Amino acid sequence: MAKIMMCGNEVIGEAAIHAGCTFYAGYPITPQNELPQYMSSRMTEAGGTFIQAESELAAINMIFGAAAAGARAMTSSSSPGISLKQEGISYLSACQLPAVIVNMMRGGPGLGNIAPSQADYFQATRGGGHGDYRTIVLAPSAVEEAWHLTHLAFDLADEYRNPVIILGDGILGQMMEPIEVVRKHLHGRVANHDSRKPWALTGCKGRKPNVIRSLYLGEGELEEFNRILQMKFNKIKSKEVRFEPVYTEDSDLVVVAYGTTSRIVRSAISKARHERLHVGMLRPITLWPFPEAELNKLAKKTKAFMVVEMSAGQMVDDVKLSVSGKRPIHFYGRAGGGIPTEEAVLDMIRDILRPKARNKVYI
Amino acid sequence: MKKIFGRPRSLRDVPTHYCSGCGHSLAHRLICEVIDELGIREDVIAVCPVGCAVIAYEYWDFDCSEAAHGRTPCVATGIKRVHPDKIVFSYQGDGDLAAIGTAEIIHTANRGENITVIFINNGVYGMTNGQMAPTTLVGQRTSTTPRGRDILRDGYPLKISELLAQLPGPRYVERVSVDTPANIVKTKAAIKKAFKNQINKKGFSLVEVLSPCPTYWGLSPKDACVRISEEMTKVFPLGVIKDT
Repeated sequence: MAKIMMCGNEVIGEAAIHAGCTFYAGYPITPQNELPQYMSSRMTEAGGTFIQAESELAAINMIFGAAAAGARAMTSSSSPGISLKQEGISYLSACQLPAVIVNMMRGGPGLGNIAPSQADYFQATRGGGHGDYRTIVLAPSAVEEAWHLTHLAFDLADEYRNPVIILGDGILGQMMEPIEVVRKHLHGRVANHDSRKPWALTGCKGRKPNVIRSLYLGEGELEEFNRILQMKFNKIKSKEVRFEPVYTEDSDLVVVAYGTTSRIVRSAISKARHERLHVGMLRPITLWPFPEAELNKLAKKTKAFMVVEMSAGQMVDDVKLSVSGKRPIHFYGRAGGGIPTEEAVLDMIRDILRPKARNKVYI
Repeated sequence: MKKIFGRPRSLRDVPTHYCSGCGHSLAHRLICEVIDELGIREDVIAVCPVGCAVIAYEYWDFDCSEAAHGRTPCVATGIKRVHPDKIVFSYQGDGDLAAIGTAEIIHTANRGENITVIFINNGVYGMTNGQMAPTTLVGQRTSTTPRGRDILRDGYPLKISELLAQLPGPRYVERVSVDTPANIVKTKAAIKKAFKNQINKKGFSLVEVLSPCPTYWGLSPKDACVRISEEMTKVFPLGVIKDT
């Protein structure tokens, strides 16, 4: 049978429908346009709701309504549009509503450009909007992985009643790859999931009215609510960390990279290994919760870390926090839509592991 | 003896936080009476605004959601599309609907969403200290128009109901008032019609209610009602604006 080629944006759309998503609202912005376009026909075919909203603000708040009504709901955008959605994401987390938000990151700040980027790491992993909250952040590195992580995103959102962000970039969103798993399920039956949501707004027949709210005006009420939220976030931190180790067992240098960048690093490592350089990679799959404990453990074995990002240096801060000064941490980043090359990564690995051979400055 | 008047089933038996003479409690009650009379309490889902009515869910005895300021119609849209057979309404003030949520209400109306909107126009931001609202009258003193609303500086009162009625999407737009017993009866009839339209799947209906805010108008409750008929209705005339 012929292979099916799909881009990341389309695969996330198809996976969402397979995962039981029945409501999508979005607004055009490059490089995520394939997702709303795909949903405009597929979601309708599948009997769900597709709305092209008048703005990102409207889209995220439509998702809020659909989630409050008990549906599996999703919106997508790219960096500037995600900034607009932050108000809604804060409300979703505060109202403990499950929803999936896709960010196919592009170069910033401001209008930036439409090239791939990873510069929204801080925004995604620190909550992004106002108040003390976190979102679960999943970072697929390939189109097929995006299929699996989209399913996981809906399950985690429902389990913890919290928004989940799928954090990709323009390359993941727009690059086509052959997809085996999707072929098996394409246009298939909706996967089983527990759709019971006793808290949802469905009309109060046979029960007391349900209220979805985040306003706590009574003395100490909001502090108590925040304590409960933090307990939930701590549970997520202890149970939901996901990562992929690559040759970390015998490595003198561990490179930390996620998403598209991890694929470039993987190629560089493979070449470095041929040169008998003991280098490995830790690829965080969840950016929040971050694999802090694993990195701290690796800090006891490895001699140094290196972080590669398509940003001026954001995840590197989390690596520093995890390693807590035990080992040196090198950084190589390209901001504003620049893409790290395999050669540059390989060069830097060589320099770190054979410091006497070369003497070079990296930016 | 036959009981002819009582607390609506949909209205909780609790004191409200509204100031004396405020129109919100009247509007809340009228909505609840209509919901009871239509027998839809268990099918209703309300979306409460940011503004003085932010905790309307403390007073209404049916399913309710909060919404971010102005995004009320979007939340209502999401709920209605998931539950097309439930009765979804948004309750919004003039700041929520006609300032920060202007884009949202226009596009929700223009999509012809089959929801009901109750729009309370009292011409001030009551929750935050009585600042100028988009519907503040020219010359009206508020905490941000201390010398009165000046058209050169502040622009004109926004007649959003007339604006919405021009769109093909809405089926029914009417402006009513709660300043006199006769007008209260008309307000209830308009609210009932707006809910019936939704039940009959006719599409988007909006009822604008001119409502007194004695506190930030600096008037007694009685004088506030007089101000509605003598000043507000000159700019915001009562009546059906669109009914198709």
